[in-house]
Formats: sequence, C-alpha cells, structure tokens
Amino acid sequence: MLLDQAPTIAAVGVDLMAEEIEAQAIDVTRVLWRPPLSGTEAALATIAADPRVADANSEAGRRLTSSRPKLVGIARAGDVLGLERGQFLHAGPPIDWASASGPLRGALMGAMIYEGLAETVEEAERLGPTITLDPCHSRHAAGPMAGVISASMPVFVLHDEVFGATTYGTLNEGLGKVLRMGAYGPEVIDRLRWLQTGLAPLLAATLEHHGPVDLTAIMAQAVQMGDECHNRNRAATSLFIREIVADLVELDVPSADIAAGLRFINSNDHFMLNLGMAAGKAASDAARDIPGSSMVVIMARNGTEFGIQTAGTGDTWFTAPCDVPEGLYLSGFGPEDANPDIGDSAIMETVGLGGFAMAAAPAIVRFVGGQVSDAVESTEKMYEITVAEHPLYQIPGLNFRGTPVGIDATLVARTGILPVINTGIAGKEPGIGQVGAGLVSPRPSLFFDAVKSLAARVGSADAS
Amino acid sequence: MASSSVALRHGLYRDSVTLMQISRTVGELAGVTASLVAMATPLNLDLLPRLGFEPVPGAGSDDLLVAIGADDDASLAAALARLDELFAAREVTTDAAAQPARTTRTALARSGANLVVISLPGPNALVESMDALHAGADVMLFSDNVSVEQEVALKEEAHRRGLLVMGPDCGTAIVGGVGLCFANVMRPGEVGLVAASGTGAQQVCALLDAAGVGVSAVLGTGGRDLSRAVGARSSLDAMAMLDKHEGTSLVVMISKPPPADVAERVAAAAGALTTPSVVGFLGRGRDDLTALTDKVLAALGRPALHPPEWIAPLPANFRGGAVRGLYSGGTLCDEAMVVTCDLLGPIHSNIPLDPSWALPASLTAPGHLMIDFGDDQLTQGRPHPMIDWTLRMERFEAEVADPTCGVLLLDVVLGYGSHRAPAGVLAPQVRVATENGVAVVVSLIGTSGDPQGLDSTALELQAAGASVYLSNAAAARAAAELAKGSA
Repeated sequence: MLLDQAPTIAAVGVDLMAEEIEAQAIDVTRVLWRPPLSGTEAALATIAADPRVADANSEAGRRLTSSRPKLVGIARAGDVLGLERGQFLHAGPPIDWASASGPLRGALMGAMIYEGLAETVEEAERLGPTITLDPCHSRHAAGPMAGVISASMPVFVLHDEVFGATTYGTLNEGLGKVLRMGAYGPEVIDRLRWLQTGLAPLLAATLEHHGPVDLTAIMAQAVQMGDECHNRNRAATSLFIREIVADLVELDVPSADIAAGLRFINSNDHFMLNLGMAAGKAASDAARDIPGSSMVVIMARNGTEFGIQTAGTGDTWFTAPCDVPEGLYLSGFGPEDANPDIGDSAIMETVGLGGFAMAAAPAIVRFVGGQVSDAVESTEKMYEITVAEHPLYQIPGLNFRGTPVGIDATLVARTGILPVINTGIAGKEPGIGQVGAGLVSPRPSLFFDAVKSLAARVGSADAS
Repeated sequence: MASSSVALRHGLYRDSVTLMQISRTVGELAGVTASLVAMATPLNLDLLPRLGFEPVPGAGSDDLLVAIGADDDASLAAALARLDELFAAREVTTDAAAQPARTTRTALARSGANLVVISLPGPNALVESMDALHAGADVMLFSDNVSVEQEVALKEEAHRRGLLVMGPDCGTAIVGGVGLCFANVMRPGEVGLVAASGTGAQQVCALLDAAGVGVSAVLGTGGRDLSRAVGARSSLDAMAMLDKHEGTSLVVMISKPPPADVAERVAAAAGALTTPSVVGFLGRGRDDLTALTDKVLAALGRPALHPPEWIAPLPANFRGGAVRGLYSGGTLCDEAMVVTCDLLGPIHSNIPLDPSWALPASLTAPGHLMIDFGDDQLTQGRPHPMIDWTLRMERFEAEVADPTCGVLLLDVVLGYGSHRAPAGVLAPQVRVATENGVAVVVSLIGTSGDPQGLDSTALELQAAGASVYLSNAAAARAAAELAKGSA
C-alpha cells in the first residue's frame, strides 16, 4: 500500500520536517499540534493504545446518531418515573438541598407547593432538607434549567424503536417567571396546574388520534430552517404544531380549549425544547455502557456542579463547579444577578445540536454575542472534538455537512477545545426566573478526570 | 546574576527547534547572561537551578517556561521585549484564514493523506500515530523517547491494518521519491532498502549513488526494531512490502547485529522472499557499510566501487596524537570505532563498543575517543547535531586546544533535514585546526543531487585542509593510520 501509491503527506511536530518536504515541491498538510491538558499525556497514550477504542467510539457514534425516538404519549410522572410524594428529580449530577443553588431551591419550593406538600414558600423552604432528590438522568429523563419533576406533573413519553429506550420530559412552561428558572409565585403554580389538567389531556388525546410523532425528523427539518434546537426552537415548535394540528382540531372538545392549547404552544418558541431533550436522552441512552469508548453521553448541570458521563465509564459522574454563562441579559439584569450554569439541556450539545449546530442558526448568533462567521467557526471547532457527523442534522450553509456529534473526551484533552453550550441564564435568587441567555463551557478538569478514569479501566476488569 | 526573570506562559507552544532558535537569539543579546525558553517539561525545569534560576512551582507540561538572566534591569527588559517580538512574529504565520487541523485525525480527514511524518516529543507520539493508523495512513515516526511497549502497540496495530510504522527514532526514509526527515536525493532505481539505522541508510545511499545505482524506496524501522521485545516487526513488514513491489528487484536490509533469535527470523524471512536480498548486520568482525554496499553492487551484477575521496596534504606541522571522533550519526560513529579499534586498541565513547571503554559524564578521556552527538542523552532539549552544529563545534575547538589530540574525525551528512551549509561552519575551523598541526578527516555522506552540493562541499573542506572520504570506513581507517603512525 505504502509503495503502490504516490505519497500524500501530513506532518505533525517540528516545522523543519514539513519544510524539508515542501522544499521537494510536495504539499504537506500540517497539524497545529499543542500539548494536551497538563498531566493527561500518559492516560491519553494508554487509551489510544487500547485496541478497543476505535471500534468502541465508532459504535458509540453510530448508536448516538441512529436512535429514532418517537413521542408516543403523556403520562403522570409518578406513574412512570417511580416518584412518590416528597421525591423530586432535578437537572445535573446528584446534589442535596444544602448545596442546591437559588433557582434549584426555588423550583423545588414551587414543586412542593404544587404537590400540596407546603402551603407557603416559608414552609417549603423549611421542608427542603427533608425531601428526596435524584437526577433526571438517573430515571431516563432530562429536565431544562432546574429540571424539577414531581409526582403529579405530566410528562411526555418517548419510545425509541431502534434501541428500545423509553425516555421522559416535562411540558415546557413558556418564558419568564417559570418553575424551571427557579420562580415559584402563584402564576407559576397556576400554570403548572393548567398544564396538568388542561394541556396534558388535550395533547394526550391528540397523540392517541395521531399516532407516534417522529421527533428526530422534526429536528432534522428545523436545523435546515435556522434552529440549533437549544436556544432557538422556533422552527421545530412550528413544525410540531403543523404535525399535530389536524388531529387536535378533530378532537371532540370545545374549540376554546383547542385554541387555548394552540395559543400556549404558539406563544412559546421553546415548546419543542423539552421534547428535543427527551429525544436527546433516548439517543444518549442508546450509546451508554460501551467498554473502551471515550465518548461523552451526558453533560448536565445542577446550578452548583457541572457533570459529565462517558460511554466507557458507566454511571460515574465526573464533576466540577459550574461557571456563569457569558451572554446577554434581559433588561434590569446583569451578570451579578446570574446563577451559575444549570440544566440538562446540554443534552442537545451532547447529541450534536445547540452550540454544535450554531452554523445552522445565524438568527441567534447576535443573541449570544457574535457574528455569523463566529457561528460557523464555533461549529467548525466542534468537529475537532467529535467522533461523527450527524447523518440527519445537516447544515445548509456548510454544504449540508452533518453537525459534529459525539464528544470524545480524549479529543477535548488533546486539543483543549471545550464543548460550546448555548444556554439560558437563571437568576441566582430563588423566585426570580430567567435573566438572560448565552454561551458556556464545562471546565477542562472534567475531561482530565474522565480521561484518567478511562485509562485506569484499560486492561482492568471491565475490558472484554 | 544581577537581574533575572523566570515565568510561565500558559497556552503558548512552539516546537523544540523553534524554541531553540528563539532562546539563542535572546541569549545573544547584549547584557543577557543566561536564557532558557522551552516547554516546561520536568527535564527543562531541572535545568533552572543549573543555570542559576529559582525553581517555578505549579508548572504543567503545556506551559512555556521563560527564564532570562541579565547584567541589569534594562538588559532584561530589552530581552523580554525582544522575546515578545519573536513570539508575535511566529503568531502571524499561523493566523491562516482556514483553521488549521489540531489533530492528525482531522488533518487526515481533510487531506486524505496516506503518510504522516511525526516529530513530536516522545510521550505525545503514540496518540497521533494511532490517529494515522486508524485512518489508514502509514507512519514515519522521527520522535525518540517512545517506550518499547508503545512501539510494540503501534507496530501491532500497523501490522493488523497492513500499514508500516517507520520508527520510533527513525531518521531516514524515501517513499515515492520523497525524502523524509534526513534523506539524500536519490535517483529512482531498483534497490529497496530496509534500515534500522538512519545514517547507515544514508551511507549506503551515498555509495550507491556514486556507483550510479538508485533506490525504489528506503524504509526506516527505528533502531530498536530488531530488539527481542519488538521482534523486527517493522523490518519484516517492510521486507514483505518491498517483495510485493514491482519496482524493487533487490531487497537490502541493514541493522546492528540483533539477538540471535531475531537475526534468525530476519534471515529466514529474507530467504523466503521471491525477490533477491542482501542482509547486513554491522559490527566487529563483520562487513562495514562500504563492504556491504559492494555486496549489493555484486548482487546487481555491477563492479565494486572505489568510493571518491578528496585528500588534502598532511599539515606541515602535524603534531600527532590521539584520534578524536565527533559524530552526528550513531551508526557511523559505531562503524568508525569498529574500524579504528583494530588498529588503535580501546576507543572511549558515550556509545562504547566495550562497556569498559565508556566515557564519564564529562565526555573526556585521555587517548582515543569518539562521541555520538546524536545520542539521546545529548539531544534532549536541543535539535539533532545534523541540524545544529553548536555542540560539535564547541568540542572541535576544545580538541584543537588539547595538545593530546592529533587527529579530528567528523561525519558531515548532507541531504534534506541536515544543515544547509555545513562547509561554511566547518571549513574555518578546519583551517584553525590544520594551522595548529591537527589533521582533520571528514566522512562526507551525500549524493550528487543533495541540496548542499556534494562536490562543492568536499572541495571547500579539502581546500581548508581536511581529507574527505565518501566512505566512512575509509575515513576512519585513514584517521587511525595517521594516529597510529604518530603515536
């Protein structure tokens, strides 16, 4: 092979070596190599020398991009997520009340009031230390911002026919003062009750009439319509309405109820986000537990800590403090009002959307502070740290190239390029709600820890 | 020192050759007494106290270490300002419109290249090499300080995929007519050369070129390939590739003598080729590279070569004394010691033929000695002596000043990768040496097509008073005769 074709050459290392080949009138593709994260050299070599890693990562990438979750119905969270009264799910890695940030406490307090566990905010706050908390991710769910799910809440039920996963997500409450941003006022609780008694039965009946909704297909179209499906879901939400509207109007319910449901969804560009996250969770679940794989399957934040998991390290969370996103603030708010990063919505970046699909969403680049060229550059950079290109999420502006998908922790450690996450910003005090939106990245130490742990497993008991 | 600054700069990376150039430029500024601009590896951090600097805590290997000592604050400030300029100048060149690939993986995905030349620090080499193999590209691995376990892992992966890893510590290859790293310009031909030694391959190339013979390919394997641990994996794969290659009618394999079982395996593999082969294991009591080349020529049905030589008259005031060999090529140094020890007895060296002939850390000893300046211990933190002549020329001057030195023996390796004007560096010092009664003998390893000019280099050195030989063995023999006759 080496001798049967004209050599085309790439060079990495000392510039002189490339120059001496170029002096022979031969083109050389140079690599702009930089040392890996300090202290990861040996671990990176151990992982690279593991004969499983190439196949493991390509299999992880294949599974992540070939799940086809469909929305099949709506259920009561307590029935499908095993939640009792007094038990709550939240975004991000595990946390207790004492460590919970303002918006997470606010959302939990609101949920306690909603569940009738507390009459007042003060009572809810007093009960805080007594409630049971588990990550959404531990129950096949993903929750935006605070991500709080309690037993009485309605949840979307998704089923992936390819890999068999069933995943869950709450109904999006809209913008402004909402539970997921840490608000707990009466209007928040009232809206939650209407979601439970008004919208959820309406959508459940519609889905029964319509049959399963292919969410991947909706997001694939939305990416070509200017959504990156994390901070911009306008196209995806519109497509979702279009998909179900005929079945909705055929329901034997008062037209005022149908109109109220449609007005609510239509007034909230992010209605589709929660469905997209549950779909992302299905893709992520499909790619879990592949020995030898260094691909990231979860990125999630609880407002205090950022946590990641990889396909090759089972249920182990690697965590580090969350940072405050950089971005734009709603009028009257500034960085001093912002809570550190929060939410499971980074599942979108984990499956090749959000910050990874920025080049598809020129309409939002100014919102997150930049120009169109920055969006393209952002997506281009993510190809350096991902194992695959998404076969369905294609970016028109990049000649329909698939979005970069499947973050490889070793590539992050090698290049120092961190995943870019588009995110909302919650107020740091309980009860405030959303204060802005922007960009954030996990800290390098997460990938340092993941790489060390992956290397420690090479040749150990889980090798097979 | 009167004024000094030791600092870490995070996120600033340059390769070792570039940093050496920057470090030297700053070190030569007026008022600067010491400078170390290098990546903050444990090795470079250890240098700080030796240069009179305070240690810096908390350094990571991805930090850049900048330590400058100066006579006064003004000189220090000027040096730091100059340093910033040098780094800024380099930044501009990398500020291309398209973002350059940050990993070998990405570079191969974009370019479809099928051969990757890797010259990273050893601990980083495996990761990029695996990128290449996973993408179906062959690897030329120049890096040294790669562990033997990693070498085996790379070569096993390459073998599984029908690819070749040339190296680690592989200095020379020619593939598809393209010279990689240190390679001479060769005409296309029918000899396929597999070499565990870079300078050994270059000597054979130089002699074949003088005989009018070209090569189909030169495939390096790295000096450790024929060790028991590596088991000649790349050598066997390379021979098999050449055997299948239509343009190759003679396979030549050269290496230092391997352990007996590995030698048997290589000999058996060579014997099983459908293409004729010549296997040469170099060492005491065996063929030298020049004799081996004659066997190659004989196998091709060609007459033996009388290698060119450019003899200068002995200095009129030749003072006689010991041979001091200053080599850049390890195999050439080894060969010179094999040739001369039969005539002169013990030759002290940092790569001694006999353990009892080992040089102390000072690298000095009375009597005959030869130093391989390309040895890992002498190249850590600095470019190879074929690129950077500084250490060798410092030693050259010291030997001229040492009255016990009568003969200086050096290799001058031409071709891509090597210093572009070695005669310009060496000739003035040769003049000084001969004026002081020291004979200078040069083994000139080059071909007629090399960019430095074989004849012009030889003539310039000859005119300065050196006797120049295309055959290293002949040069070593001549040096030994001079020393023996004068002792």
